[in-house]
Amino acid sequence: MRITLNNRPEELSCPALTVAELLQVKKFSFKLLVIKINGKLVKKEEYGKATIRDGDDVSVLHLISGG
Amino acid sequence: MTADRFDILKRTRVGIAGAGGLGSNCAIALARIGIGELVIVDFDRVEESNLNRQYYFTNQIGMKKVAALKENIGKVNPEVKVIAHEHMLDRDNLAGIFSGCDVIVEAFDLAESKEMIIETIQSQLPDTPLVIGLGVAGWGDNNTIRSRQIGNLYICGDEKSETSASLPPMAPRVGVVAHMQANQVVEIILGRMS
Repeated sequence: MRITLNNRPEELSCPALTVAELLQVKKFSFKLLVIKINGKLVKKEEYGKATIRDGDDVSVLHLISGG
Repeated sequence: MTADRFDILKRTRVGIAGAGGLGSNCAIALARIGIGELVIVDFDRVEESNLNRQYYFTNQIGMKKVAALKENIGKVNPEVKVIAHEHMLDRDNLAGIFSGCDVIVEAFDLAESKEMIIETIQSQLPDTPLVIGLGVAGWGDNNTIRSRQIGNLYICGDEKSETSASLPPMAPRVGVVAHMQANQVVEIILGRMS
């Protein structure tokens, strides 16, 4: 399937995957993340079941300190 | 500015979560252009080390930040109604304190707090636009500072420079992002400049 990940096109071999699987596949290891699928927030407790499908626009935001 | 735009700004209520480098400078910018109401929340006091970037003065050291900022906003534009809360914001009180705000500005320091406010506001007040500051540390590198939108989450900053002993937050760069956040608020309220 094809998705958009952080504004870049991304080709994945599986037809669908959960947020938790995407984080593993893409090796996102930051502990402080905010994830949105098509602009909608995915809560931490939903990472294991929230599914990413073909055409989805996924944003992974790394949170860093400073203000 | 046309009278109708001035009226729109005057009817607007903006929430500001944190009154440090981002929050104090963003609040002052919004006050100067006549935002009607600012809901400002912070639990901290002004320290000498804050003065390298935060909108406070030497005679305000030791004051509660919300009280000091209210005083400073009053000197800039006494028409602005400031609702100041001396609170530590958490998942349980955020939505209540900021409900009724047209836009919320995230102006915290710590990444953990940024994560908390994004999750809380975007799940409990999903229709309220949230403007966050992300990546403000250090100096120079102007062209890496940018903004982008994901749904009604607006991100201002370079998204990479984190504060540390060797990369402190400093007035010029923090100020750029604070004003970018204020500028984003105005665009959300007034629409895109044509």
